[in-house]
Amino acid sequence: MDVSLALIVIMAVLFACGVYAMLERSLTRVLIGFLLLGNATNLLLLIVMGRPGLAPFFGADGSVSDPLPQALTLTAIVITFAVSAFLLALIYRSWQLGRADTVEDDEEDIALRERTEVEEDLMEDESDPADDEATTDFVGVDTSPIRVLHNRDIATIVDDAPTDRPFAQDRPFAPPQGPEPRAGRDDAGEGER
Amino acid sequence: MSALVPLLVALPLLGAAVTLVFGRNTRVQVIVSVITLAVVSVIAAVLLVTVDGSTPIAVEVGGWPAPFGIVLYVDRLAALLVLVSSIVLLAVLLFSIGQGSADGAEETPISIFNPSYLILSAGIFNAFIAGDLFNLYVGFEILLVASYVLITLGSTESRIRTGAVYIVVSLVSSILFLAAIAMIYGALGTVNMAQIAMRMGEIPQDTQLVLHLLLVIAFGIKAAVFPVSFWLPDSYPTAPAPVTAVFAGLLTKVGVYALIRTETQLFASNSIDTLLMIVALATMVVGVLGAVAQAELKRILSFTLVSHVGYMVFGLAIATPAAIGATIYYIVHHIVVQTTLFLAVGLVERRAGSTSILRVKGLMRAAPVIAVLYFVPAINLGGIPPFSGFIGKFALFEAAAEVGTPLMIVLIVGGVVTSLLTLYALMRAWNLAFWREKEEPIDAEERIAYLGKAPAAEEQQERRRIPRIMTVATGGMVAVTLALTVFAGPIYALCDRIGDALLQPIAYVPLHEADDPADGEEGP
Repeated sequence: MDVSLALIVIMAVLFACGVYAMLERSLTRVLIGFLLLGNATNLLLLIVMGRPGLAPFFGADGSVSDPLPQALTLTAIVITFAVSAFLLALIYRSWQLGRADTVEDDEEDIALRERTEVEEDLMEDESDPADDEATTDFVGVDTSPIRVLHNRDIATIVDDAPTDRPFAQDRPFAPPQGPEPRAGRDDAGEGER
Repeated sequence: MSALVPLLVALPLLGAAVTLVFGRNTRVQVIVSVITLAVVSVIAAVLLVTVDGSTPIAVEVGGWPAPFGIVLYVDRLAALLVLVSSIVLLAVLLFSIGQGSADGAEETPISIFNPSYLILSAGIFNAFIAGDLFNLYVGFEILLVASYVLITLGSTESRIRTGAVYIVVSLVSSILFLAAIAMIYGALGTVNMAQIAMRMGEIPQDTQLVLHLLLVIAFGIKAAVFPVSFWLPDSYPTAPAPVTAVFAGLLTKVGVYALIRTETQLFASNSIDTLLMIVALATMVVGVLGAVAQAELKRILSFTLVSHVGYMVFGLAIATPAAIGATIYYIVHHIVVQTTLFLAVGLVERRAGSTSILRVKGLMRAAPVIAVLYFVPAINLGGIPPFSGFIGKFALFEAAAEVGTPLMIVLIVGGVVTSLLTLYALMRAWNLAFWREKEEPIDAEERIAYLGKAPAAEEQQERRRIPRIMTVATGGMVAVTLALTVFAGPIYALCDRIGDALLQPIAYVPLHEADDPADGEEGP
């Protein structure tokens, strides 16, 4: 099988650049990397076609190109095209949501790294009610007894989380039933994240 | 009979087109989707009975003769998997209909969901019945692109984030697969699986090994085999419950299916069984250790999913007919059980507003039906007799013990430990979320409902109504898992026949039919 060396070199360079670009965190570069890789693979398909010749239409024996890789390449190009369009939409949406276009670490992975020992204990002894009562102050707290103070708990602390304000204005002090568990829940959420 | 084969792919695609046209009319969409999948499962059942009674069916699409045209190939394995996956897809569709009717289109835009879901089905079926490698690639791409849409459904921030990981990893695996196809074509001059299998023996072992490893890595990423399984627990849990359920049940199994074809038929003369053994052991143990460390139900299940793919790779690596048969049975069992568990967790999420086992409690009293729907598949997955998980694992270990090399013994031990740890992870979740009493049930109820309105309580969502159809769909899936136990005899016999057939040299796409194009086929 005769193959053009230039094609092979170009393919290798495209593969190398594509892999390099895909290793970036930015989705835009991932897209560029994907396009390079896609083209490199299409070139590979052309290379395995072997010696180029006449279009198969003309039908002379021995001098026609192998049509099959061309069909495969065409299909692959269409698929690459569709997927790039989707990736572009994804990048746009990711940008729209205001976090640029980087691939972030998994939140739960981070949470797992930082999980408090208290939760580990809870996992261990599976919340025997007697134990809950033994650690008195934390009865009724589901997850973490470590509590971040909120403006709901102490009036002088200003909570600058914008979403909390309407609540604080409505009810400056803790209403009889609601806030206690709520604080526990909220804090647990923050602790986990 | 061969006219039915292209319908497996053509019908869902047609259904997708119709549902897309009727994008604003949810009722029509739902009816069309349900009918489509129901018809496909009937066709699959007919095909399974047919090919089990006689020879496999090969259809040359468009009448182009075999080595050049596209061949659709239905043997017992393909028919069985199409049947099982169409049943699973139908059940999950019913579940999602319930969810959609209860929630409206806010979180999951249902007008997009139905067409994507049907295209996903078409891709899965196409991958199962593909007779040449490039068609398998096209099947993979169809299902992957549909899955990209489904995993980022609603385009919320978390779904975009996890979706990006999933998409990038899938892209890499697709590129590897395509490159492998190109190289196989370069080496063998064909992409038809039957011809590849015939010609593979003629090229040097080293070349075979390179091609083999390329394909195994590409499929391994899709099947979530250990070193390349990292993406799965990151990306699956954030998708909507029905989407996660169907992904967990089917997408990894399509990868495993491709691995089976690769190992047993394409590269029968080139063995990497020892490597696969080690990979299988690592997948089982690392996966289940991940599950033990998790506190969130969907993540626990995602990790057990990874770990149980290890059993399938294990069975594949033993490479005796009995082991392949056991692997097939295990795949069927796992598709059904894993999907059921994810559906049950979807119910838990709606009932309790959370899937964190540290938060959810007292479900045993509050929702006994959900408790049963979780408990039965959970102990099934853990491998408690008499359920199908036990049968599958036992058959695998038996096949391994027959070979009896030291590595086999190590893997059997690893498999047993994995099974116990799976049971531990799932039963701990059971103890915390279901069995644990609420101190003050009324207070807790209020608290949960209250938190639904709380800002930034991302993980504690609103509790939602559970329409009856969701419970019924999950219950139906539990019934299917039980049926796998009750009818274990005939199903297992079928799997054994598949195992025998797969290890036969080339009882595959009959190339001699090239001169005699089968009548009645139609292009997709």
